[in-house]
This record gives sequence, structure tokens and C-alpha cells, in this order.
Amino acid sequence: MPEHTFKLNGKPVTVDTEDNVRLLWVIRDLLGVTGPKYGCGINVCKACTCHINGKAFNPCSVQVSDVGPDDEITTIEGLADTVESDLHPMQEAWLDHDVVQCGYCQPGQIMAAVATVRKARDEGRELSDADIEGIRNVCRCGTYFRIREAIKDGATRM
Amino acid sequence: MPAHRADPAEPDAVSPDTSFSKEPTSRRRFLGYLLAAPTLVAAAELGGGTGFGAPAANAAETGAGVPPSPQLADSYDLTDALVHAARPTANLITITLDENGHAHFELHRTEVGQGINTTVAMLIAEEMDLPLDHVHVTLADARPELMTNQLTGGSSSVSSIYYPVRTAAAIAKGKLLEAASLVLGEQANFLSSKLGVITSRAGRSVSYGDLATKAASDSTKQVEANLKAESDFAIVGKPTRRIDALDAVTGRKQFTTDLDVPGAKPTMVCRPPTINGTPQSVTNAEQVRRMPGITDVVTISSGVAVRGETYGQCIDAVNALDVKWSPGPVDGESDATVEQKLKDATPPAVIPPTPATKTLERQFTFAFVNGSALGVNAAIADVKPDSAEIWSTLKIPIAAQQNIAQALGMATNQVTVHVVSGGGSFGRALFHDAALEAAEISQKIGKPVRLMWHRADDCRQGRVHPMSVGTIRASFNGDVVSFEQHLASVRTDFSHGLGDAVSSTVARELPGVSYTVSEAIFALTTPSLYNFGITKTLLTETHQSPENNRPRGGFNTGSTRNVYSPDVVTTRELFVDELAEKMGMDPYDFRRKYVKNESLLKVLDKAAEVGGYGKSTPDGVGHGIALHHEYKQTMACFVELDCRPETVNRKVRDGVTGPRVTRGVLVTIPGHIVINPLGLEAMMQGGFIDGFAQALTASVHLNNGRIAEASWDNFFYCRQWNLPFEFTPVVLPAEESEIPAGAGEMGVAPSFAATACAYRAATGKTPTHFPINHNDPLPFEPYPHEPPLPPSPTNGLDYAY
Ligand code: FES
Ligand code: FES
Repeated sequence: MPEHTFKLNGKPVTVDTEDNVRLLWVIRDLLGVTGPKYGCGINVCKACTCHINGKAFNPCSVQVSDVGPDDEITTIEGLADTVESDLHPMQEAWLDHDVVQCGYCQPGQIMAAVATVRKARDEGRELSDADIEGIRNVCRCGTYFRIREAIKDGATRM
Repeated sequence: MPAHRADPAEPDAVSPDTSFSKEPTSRRRFLGYLLAAPTLVAAAELGGGTGFGAPAANAAETGAGVPPSPQLADSYDLTDALVHAARPTANLITITLDENGHAHFELHRTEVGQGINTTVAMLIAEEMDLPLDHVHVTLADARPELMTNQLTGGSSSVSSIYYPVRTAAAIAKGKLLEAASLVLGEQANFLSSKLGVITSRAGRSVSYGDLATKAASDSTKQVEANLKAESDFAIVGKPTRRIDALDAVTGRKQFTTDLDVPGAKPTMVCRPPTINGTPQSVTNAEQVRRMPGITDVVTISSGVAVRGETYGQCIDAVNALDVKWSPGPVDGESDATVEQKLKDATPPAVIPPTPATKTLERQFTFAFVNGSALGVNAAIADVKPDSAEIWSTLKIPIAAQQNIAQALGMATNQVTVHVVSGGGSFGRALFHDAALEAAEISQKIGKPVRLMWHRADDCRQGRVHPMSVGTIRASFNGDVVSFEQHLASVRTDFSHGLGDAVSSTVARELPGVSYTVSEAIFALTTPSLYNFGITKTLLTETHQSPENNRPRGGFNTGSTRNVYSPDVVTTRELFVDELAEKMGMDPYDFRRKYVKNESLLKVLDKAAEVGGYGKSTPDGVGHGIALHHEYKQTMACFVELDCRPETVNRKVRDGVTGPRVTRGVLVTIPGHIVINPLGLEAMMQGGFIDGFAQALTASVHLNNGRIAEASWDNFFYCRQWNLPFEFTPVVLPAEESEIPAGAGEMGVAPSFAATACAYRAATGKTPTHFPINHNDPLPFEPYPHEPPLPPSPTNGLDYAY
């Protein structure tokens, strides 16, 4: 079986598996990192949202052969390390606004929130309501109101 | 954007002193136990510790019009039935104190996002004077001896355990004080306890940890508990964050598919194209078994199971299987045929019109709605020749244990059932579909399995809220003299046991009343709210033949969040608006005139005031207001809906926009003390969202036994782009009642109804079908039904941002 190497939460990892296995299953089933959740497998629900080289993406829809040794994949478990802290400011905002209900969507929501704020900044502007409305992540428990507040608050702390 | 949460400092928001003084504790005795154990263990009987003598005080009657004929739910409702179902068991719940002074409690209810873990921890921390983070709540395995007590449904958990949990905790604290009195050399009543430390008047102190063994009992004995007065509560009633939030935001919180059970490899099932079809033959099982990563392929009763190294490889294997399917039990059914059957099942009016009155009659159709949570159906099973172990989110684990044992040919005690926190439930986890299926697969292949349904499986073969037709009539002259409401519904599957708990309790508590399970639940949740004279409500179910009642014998239905009420309340409130118009009144003034008690009047006025009901709105924007009473909550909901073309026609890629709720208000008078105001607000928000989504966009489409939807981009539950700009939950001071209210489902029906009313106000059109977009052309191209799973995309990096 082919070998695949990439960086996961700051450490290089190598797995033996078919080229076309989607990264979500490599991360969850083969490497045992279960923060990214499955909710659809077709890039719709966004529960699996992680970062690749700092950008949000959905590993359920990327083949493992499409990432390489220089690609830095960050899951929710590695988010705080990117700011060298116990918690990322967005996670802190999430706690302060008591966003979580069942929690299933929340790792993906937080990863999406961080990337959305960064993207706005990279474009030289502050986060807008339209940016937030562009976040496609499903929360079936209906925590959307608190997500909105937490993102805005988290953005001020980032 | 304005704040969405009530400020606890506002006079109308939840205030910690809500009706505390009204608790009639003086006439009650709370008995519990100390158990023989190495450290302190206190216990209480579920449903014991107190006697529920007096029913909730009914709010003072009010209003013009003819008082309605009494409905069962006016005096005895679903919450009562479920609380009483938790009574007749002599089995104990226990709180154990460890040597670090931490309390441990195994909860016999299931955490699925509603926050019950946090609520229970707050009750224990309060009664024991412990810091909240010294209380550890885990979920109990199936305990058959608990019978109807180990059941999480009907929003009854808090109502049922409020007194028993406090009783056990109070006994523990009593014993700690006693032990401390020996250590500190002062009488127990001179000691004070705070944050896990007991201090004497002389200023000496000892921690709970140091007392854990000293306070242990060497025999098991009954003792009387001394409950705190609610007026002394310092934790209960304070907005408190969820105790499991840190685990959730760091990715540490584990759901079923996250558990590492040795050898339990990913497993999925190839399912039929039509609802509950069955596999006839597989032509290429061996070929598929040789696909990369695949370890097993086996035919089971619901399809063909594959097990492998990764779920991704299972998805490919499922789609590679060449299966010949037998038809399912409802292959001839489509939305239109079911609707016709429901209309045919609707009986003619029973209250005859009189020559002196006018009659108004209306009919509304409610589509099937998907009930799945974001966490898909999943279960781990490890079946060995003489024992089995199961892990899954199960709200009635005892029923799962019994049915799995039966299916495996084992005795109940050979099957261990572990309950795992759920990624949502909304009624789905009352059933154990995945656990039963996982057990069958594991037994057939002789290996542990970690079964996960694909989202498409959850959409197409998962449980739905049944389609229904609501018919409603009133006769009126100066006032309304008669009011008759009928719901014809596809059978709701209550075979999971919640229904039996309810109907047998009704039979026991209310002698002379005889109901089927569905009739009981309908009657218990359908109170009268208006002085509309002779009032009648009735449920008829279709698809009730014995075949339908076999497993996989008909539609896969379930009592999705709020059971009948969303349809019943929307039918009623929309009709009330039309009736008001016919009688020449504004909907709000009309309700003010006819509501039957002061609580309803209070919530109605509050919702109108906070929402600004009746303030002028642009053309195409309308206000709706609706009332409901359930789960010991008296509620009113206000909705402002924007139906202007520029809003309705907004474009979102692969999404549905349509009319947008711009502002919402949900007002409640809870039945009793609110334990966690923050948790209640979260439930009010979630229920509100569920309600307007069902009014506007959320349904599934049935065509010859096939459900079209297979994704969250097909089933249009609320997304960020549908969210109101503003939502205000308002909790008014509690009523004088002995039972805390349920919150998990409360907002759905009033929000659905108020949204429907707002649509009528905005457009001048009264919708006849819900959701209002259900009969529009499908806004998506359905995925094929064979092979059953949408292919996994490969272009994810193109969407990175
Ligand atoms: S599982 Fe990846 S987007 Fe849904
Ligand atoms: S918190 Fe349950 S799905 Fe979002």
C-alpha cells in the first residue's frame, strides 16, 4: 500500500493506505484523532472542518494523496497550539457565550469561525454579518444565535 | 446585532428568586437512604422522597366568551404522566463521595445536548454545598430494575428527578455535618458548610474529602432528608455554563463513533432504494469483500453490511455492491397518496351546526419532516457466543437491552448496554435502530463492529415526523360557541416504550380513562386555551394495520421533537387568526378577549409588547403571535416575517432562502423554579429555530416509497442565512406548581404557529400546506437511490478558505 506523509497538529505523520481514502478517515479511523466529526461525507454539513496551511477545508472531500509532507493539517485538537496557549481565543469565546449544546458540530464551527475571521483580515477588513451568514456549518441543535455572538467576540480577541 | 439573551438584571428576565417562597415544603417529608459502603454513599428512591398531592394550581380564569369544555391536558398533562411513570420503582439512585471530596452520580437519563448533566450537577452542588466542578455526572448503563424510570423523553427529565436527586444530596450533606461535628467538637447545627468545607463557630474546619470515610455508613438505613429551602439556593437559579463545554470545544468530548473499542472496525450498511425494502440477493459479495480495506460483507435483515479499516472504504464498498431488492411496504405511497388517505380518515364534524350560528372550517397539511440529529445513527456492538456489549446513544436503554437480547437469543442479563452522550436526538434516540442492527451484524460475522449510518441513510431510512392533516371548525355568532379540532396523522411509532409508560400511567392515575398510546399522548398535550364553548379534540391515525406495526413494516416514524403539537398548535393558531378576521377583530385583540386564563393573557401581552406587535411594517412584512401550553410552560411567541421579494429571492449556493424571520420573541411562564436559566434560554432558541424551519423550509418529499432528500443541502433546516437578526427569550416569574417545567421541546410549536400567522399577515394568504415551500419544484437534483450513497467528493481543496 502507498505511504502518505503530512503534518498533523504540528507533527509529521505517515500512514499506509490507498491513495483515494479521504483525509477525514485517515485522521479519524487510522490516526485516532476524533475531533473532526462526520455529518455528511459530501462537503455539506461542515462538521469535519479542519485547517490546511491555515485555511478551513473539509477533509471528507480530499483524498489523502492530495496532501504532501509540507502540508500542515490542524484539527480542533491542535488549534490552541497554533497560538501557543491552552485555548485559542475563539474557544474561549465559545465557552464565555456557552455556545455548546450537544457539541457535535462545535469543533467544525470553531475551525470555520477562526478561518472566517482570518480571511476577512487578510482581505484587509473586519468581520461582517455577511461573512457570518456565509458560514455553511449546520448546527441541528440550533446554537446559531450564540455562534454569531461568539464569533464576533472571538474576533476581537484574535 | 442586538443581544439575543435576556439580561438577568432586567426585571422581566429570569430572576433567581422566582417563586421560591411558594414551595410548600413544610408539609412534605423526604426520605432516602445511607448505604453501607467504604465512603459516604447516599441514595433516594426515584419518584420517592415526596408525594405529589396537589395538582398545579390553575391560573385564574379570565376572558369573555363561553368557557371551554374541559380537556384532559387542562388538569393532567404529559409531564404529569411521565413524572408519575417514574414513581413505582423501589430502586435507588446514589451519590458517592470520594476521598477527594468529589461527588459522583450515574445519571439514568441521557445527555443529548439538552444539558441534563449540567442541571443535575447543579442540583447536587446546591444541596451538598459543593463547588460545581467537584460534581461528576456520568451516564448509567441500562438498569432493567429502573423500568420506566430510565427513559429520557417528553421533556420530563428535570421534572422527574428534581426531588429525588436533591433528597440523596441532602442526606449526604446531613451525614457530613454529623461526621464533622465529631471531628470539630461542635453540635452539627452550629456548623456551616460551603464549597466542600465545613466550618465550626470557633473557626476550625474540615473538608468533605477528609470526611468521606468518616461519614461512611456501616449499614444501610433509611433516613429523613432535610432539603434546603429554595429561597436559600445559591447555584440553582443562576445562569450556569454547561459542564461538558470545555470537552466539546477542545474536541475531547466523545460520541459513539469516537470510542476506541478494540477490534470494532468501521461498519456501514448498503440500504434499499425504497423505505424498508429488503435484500433479495447479492451477486458480488466476494468481489466486494476483496476491495481495499474491506474485511467482511454480510447480508442482514435491513440490507448488506460491510466492515473495513475506514468508513471511506466502507462507503465505496456499499456503492459497489450489486444487490437485488424486494419492494418495501410503502412503495406505492407518495406525498399525494398519503395526504389523500389522511383526508379520507378525517371524520365529519361531531358538533352539529345550529341555524343561529355561522361556521368556519379549514384544513392544513403537514409534510413528513426528517428528525435526524447532526450525529448520525451509530452503535458499537461486540457480540460473543454467550454475551454482548453495546455502546450507543439510547434514551430508553432498557428497551434496547431487551430487544437486542431477544434478537440475539440471549437472556437480558447477558447483554450489557452502555449509554453514550448523543450528538443531538430530537426523539430519534428513543429508538435503538442502530444498536439492534449493529448487534445483528456483530453476531453474524463474529467480530466487533462500529456501525455508522451515512447521512443519506439517516435521511432516507431514518425516522420522520409523520405527515398529518389538521382539520378545524368553529361555530360562532357573537361569541364562539363550539370548537372542534381533528388531527389525522400517519401512525407515530411509540414501540420504543415511552408510549407504554405514558398510557399505563394514565390508566393507573386516572381510573376510568382508557386510551391507546397515541391517543393518550395526544390528549395529554392538547389543552384548551380559549373560551370557545363546546370544545373537542380528536386524533385519528392511518397506516395502523398489524403489518405497519411490525419492525420495518411501514413508514419509519417517531415522536420527533414535540410530537403532535407543532401541527396541532399551528392549525389552531392560524385558524384563530382567520376566525378573528371573520368576527371583525385583530388577531391579538381577539386572543386577549378569549384566552381562558390570566397566565395566557400575561404571556400574550408580554410577547406583543416586547415584539412591538402591531407597529407599522412595510408591505410584505407581517407580525404573528401564537399561544401554547405544554411541559408546564405557558407560552406566547411573536414573529416578524419578511416576505418582500428582495428577501425571498436572495440567492445562496445550494441553499433555500425564502421568507425570513427578522425578529422573534418567546415568552414563558415556567411551572416552577428554573434550575439553569442559561440552559432554558438555549432550549428556547433551539426550539424557536426548529419551529420556523418547519413552517418555512424543512420537510422531506416522498415519491413511490423513495425519499428524495439525502443531505443537509436537500433537507432545509435553518442555516446561518436563515437566522433571524434578533431573538429575545423572556422568562416570567414561575407559577405556583410543584414540578419544574420541561424545556427541550417547548419552543417548537409556538414558533411554528407564530411564523405561519406572520406569513398570513405579511402576504394576506393563508397557507394550506407546511412547510410553505413544500409543493414548490424541488430546489435540488436528488441523488440516485441506487447505489444508495452519494459519492465522496475529491475537490474539497477547491473550497478551502
Ligand atoms: S462530513 Fe465533511 S462536510 Fe460533512
Ligand atoms: S451543538 Fe448539537 S449540532 Fe450543534
